[in-house]
Amino acid sequence: MGPAMNEFVQLTVNGLVAGSIIAIGAVGLTLVYGILRIVNFAHGDYLTFGAYMAFVANVTWGLNAYAAAATAIVLTAALAVGLEFGLWRPMRRRGAGVTSLFLTSIGLALVLRNAVQFEWGTTPFRYRIDVFQSYDLGLFRISRNQITVVAAATVLIVGLGLFLARTRIGKAMRALADNVDLAAVSGIDTDRIVTWTWIVAGGLAGLAGMLLAVLQASLNPNSGFNALLPMFAAVVLGGVGSAYGALAGGIVIGLAMELSTLAVPFQYKEAVAFGVMILALLLRPQGLFGRARVV
Amino acid sequence: MSAPFLGAILSIEFWQYVAVTAGIYSIFALGLQLQFGFAGLLNFGHIGFMAIGSYTMAMLIVHASLPMWISAPIAIATAMLFGLIIGIPALRLRADYLAITTIAFSEIIRIFILNSVRWTGGPQGLLGFATEYTDFSRSAGRRLSSITHIGFDPDRVLLVLVWPTVLLLYLVLRKLTRSPWGRVLRAIREDEDAADALGKNPLAYKLQALAIGSAFAAIAGIFFSYQLLYLTPTEFEPLFTFFAWVIVLLGGTARLGGVPVGAVIFAVIFAGTRFLEFWPLSLLDDGDRAAVRLIVVGLILIGLMAFRPQGIFGKKEELLLDR
Repeated sequence: MGPAMNEFVQLTVNGLVAGSIIAIGAVGLTLVYGILRIVNFAHGDYLTFGAYMAFVANVTWGLNAYAAAATAIVLTAALAVGLEFGLWRPMRRRGAGVTSLFLTSIGLALVLRNAVQFEWGTTPFRYRIDVFQSYDLGLFRISRNQITVVAAATVLIVGLGLFLARTRIGKAMRALADNVDLAAVSGIDTDRIVTWTWIVAGGLAGLAGMLLAVLQASLNPNSGFNALLPMFAAVVLGGVGSAYGALAGGIVIGLAMELSTLAVPFQYKEAVAFGVMILALLLRPQGLFGRARVV
Repeated sequence: MSAPFLGAILSIEFWQYVAVTAGIYSIFALGLQLQFGFAGLLNFGHIGFMAIGSYTMAMLIVHASLPMWISAPIAIATAMLFGLIIGIPALRLRADYLAITTIAFSEIIRIFILNSVRWTGGPQGLLGFATEYTDFSRSAGRRLSSITHIGFDPDRVLLVLVWPTVLLLYLVLRKLTRSPWGRVLRAIREDEDAADALGKNPLAYKLQALAIGSAFAAIAGIFFSYQLLYLTPTEFEPLFTFFAWVIVLLGGTARLGGVPVGAVIFAVIFAGTRFLEFWPLSLLDDGDRAAVRLIVVGLILIGLMAFRPQGIFGKKEELLLDR
């Protein structure tokens, strides 16, 4: 097998790893977008928040990686729910529309990101997790942090799929994302499901933030915001409101970013992701798997 | 840069700097006001057009040795052209998709500037485009001094260039938005199908608004270049677009006169927290201040949306946010 093939396999592995994180982060983004009509520009900063909570657990409190991940998930979910009650629900009660909520989320993003920066500064941090060991599997090399990310993502994607497909709450969430009014008249307690949506969105964002920092072996206050547009790309590709679509879209975007480096310099891989997103919006605004009526 | 206690408040140089910044913000945000306030377009990539303006002009001067007076109009035309290129496909999209498309576009522009090191200097920045301007500024300063008998440093010269431009552009927009063209634009904003049925082509009007707004962004970019005297890609992050939104929303949507007021308030908050040295600001170092400044901006945005979405001067009836 030639070196070109090796490079292709390696980039595919890297793309799957990066894509898994984008996918995990994008699920919450798309659910909130679909259910609450919030184009949540603060979602990237939820990731940042989770990454720093994991940092506090891992480095300040000296907990291991799993406990740190659990801390990130719980605290970010709590943040998301807290903001639902303290900000989003009152805004909805005031009759705020899509644009108002969008702009509010931009304000919230600035507050969150800079609160993190105020507390921890701009110096990049690192977890006390050994991430540099890597294994040569012949076909490709994979580092321990990549294995961690892939393992966590696989468990999560399967678990999330089961949650959305089998549980009452999961089904209600998808129903709400599909059509809020229809879901409400069929007896779904929308307020309760909205709270659950934020728990899922926040928890996943917290975990994605930590995984992102594990993969990049560093975290800074902009880590999450930098992942926001790739996550939006995944949401758009998958069709707004579709959780499965966002998962698939995340993987596609991750692969597109990594494999594009075969053709263009690697610095442009984010530009490629944004280009893919713009093309998707122009050509198939309902998403790759969506039906036209959703738009 | 840091001034002693109270010194900054009294220093003319400080207020000059704030005033120039406010003027540049005004021009930038007037473009957005036309696009959002009058045409209802959610442009979240405004900074991309400013970057195109700044860099096109600077690159033409540095690499093609063109004079400033030729490069600047070409830069403005280039920004307008990009407005058309992105607008023709994107303006057909739903409002929130337009927002995501435009911010992605502005990031693509920034990534290209960051990595086309040969042409843009990349992260090191682009220098050497301002010689002609500084010569012009110096001789203009001398001439102004001889007429007025007060000193004219570069900031003060820029001040007397920027604010008349703000006034001129404000008057142009006032004329435009009160013309039949402006009324059609508002009609499209209110009910696109109705305007369409009356034989007005909504896409054409929106494109024109996008292109004119882009020209404003480029003009702001040109002044910005000459305030900084060098260009780096970090100046053109999406954050700057959000500043323009805060300014427009502070002043009030569809209120042209609100823009300079919003810009002055914003510049005072923004530059003020950078240089003023009294309690409680004196407790914070530069990094903390940068963070606090943006927390304040974020809270203003949230507060406006929650309590006064029409802005300071806006009319509730013409509130475009919640339809």
